[in-house]
Amino acid sequence: MKVWLDDTLSGLRASYSRELRAYFATPLAYVFMAIFLMLLGFFTWEASRFFDSGTADLQPFFYWHPWLYMIFLPALSMRLWADEAAAGTSELLLSLPVSVTGMAFGKLLAAWTVAAVSLVLTFPMWITVNYLGSPDNTAIFLSYFMSLVMAGAYLSIGAAVSSLVSSQVLAYVIGVVAAFIFTAAGWPMVLGAVSNMLGAGVGDVVAAFSFLTHFETAERGVLELRSLVYFLGVIALWLTLNVLWVTQRRSGAR
Amino acid sequence: MLELKHLVKSFGDRLAVDKVGFTLGKGEVLGFLGPNGAGKSTTMRMVAGVIEPDQGDVLIAGHSIIKAPREAQRRLGYLPEGAPLYADMTPVEFLGFMAMAHRMPGPDRKKAIDRVIADARIANVASRRIATLSKGYRRRVGLAAALLNDPDVLVLDEPTDGLDPIQKRAVRALIARMAPQKAILISTHTLEEVPAMCNRAIIINEGRIVADGTPDSLAEQQPGGLEDAFITMAGTEADSA
Repeated sequence: MKVWLDDTLSGLRASYSRELRAYFATPLAYVFMAIFLMLLGFFTWEASRFFDSGTADLQPFFYWHPWLYMIFLPALSMRLWADEAAAGTSELLLSLPVSVTGMAFGKLLAAWTVAAVSLVLTFPMWITVNYLGSPDNTAIFLSYFMSLVMAGAYLSIGAAVSSLVSSQVLAYVIGVVAAFIFTAAGWPMVLGAVSNMLGAGVGDVVAAFSFLTHFETAERGVLELRSLVYFLGVIALWLTLNVLWVTQRRSGAR
Repeated sequence: MLELKHLVKSFGDRLAVDKVGFTLGKGEVLGFLGPNGAGKSTTMRMVAGVIEPDQGDVLIAGHSIIKAPREAQRRLGYLPEGAPLYADMTPVEFLGFMAMAHRMPGPDRKKAIDRVIADARIANVASRRIATLSKGYRRRVGLAAALLNDPDVLVLDEPTDGLDPIQKRAVRALIARMAPQKAILISTHTLEEVPAMCNRAIIINEGRIVADGTPDSLAEQQPGGLEDAFITMAGTEADSA
């Protein structure tokens, strides 16, 4: 057990530092952050009419997080395993004395770090609302925290999908679709249709599995333990699938 | 030091490796020969723990690759076919990553990286991005990575492929220098370098071992030497070519 933990930690450290370096060695991280921040700003100011809301809070800002994550985070996670398979370096990885769990966790954390840096760079928003009024800063902090946890959930889906294919483009497209399913399940339009067709009970079940539903309370700055556990559970589930799918390569099927 | 026991692997209906087994001791350099698709790389992948055999086992310094894969892999240096590397890193960064994965403590890491950079003769490209390196240099960076943990067993899949004659000689010299301390398994297409590099040769065809001996003893079996022996034993595919 001790040895397994050591092999996991060394794998985690090695792949975390390698992946983080790879994000910043190529323009990927910078391009990602620039476009993400630009669009987030656009949606908050233009689409949500931030100034017209008349209240000093960041709800119109957090409202867009799940939707932007759905489109953008698969772009961060798509390369994690697909690139290894395409370049043949997965063969190198599998010959190293580290556990796959450690590597998968390290890769996820590296992508998560880029997402965290992007979130931190939205600080002008926070300053702006404090300049304009006196918002509940604890509530805003909690919303940020939940948004970061939710980003991890999106990334874990993308990373796992990436371990199934050896093409980054495919990893991105499938990743967005998977993320869309988890997001849109809580969208009133989808929920209404599901409830009409299959009954309100089924609608409630579907809603319980949606990122939107779980992030809704967090948008208002309320930390719901249920939602936190839900997101952490999603991460654990997809990380496990990720490890399983990588390990499966050992059987030589692909 | 290295023991392959009865390895069997099939992909779908195709039997890629069929009961391959041999033992390799310290100081032995084994040339692993065979036509394309004979099962060389598959066997080496199983030795490195990259893919799992359907049957059989591999012991590296007494550790089973099935039951204690990471203990076995700690004592193994592996150069995969084509020497895949992370193109966005420099050789120094790449070796740093490998050292971290081998859980080398800080001071040892620096020492080990300096040692293999000198051994593989890549000092002049050590801080250039791997993407910009020539095939020969990439191969040597891969070789440096395989030597990093000073392994008991070295598994090199076509280490001299794509190298010019001078580089080939350098790699052969490096292998000769390390040979007394290690068990080395090398696959190659270049038959001429087998007598120069290896003190034992195994020919494999359609997943089965068809010959095992010193390069000289194999060469004596046919009037045309090793090449004729290879063509005779490697069967139909080589005949028609």
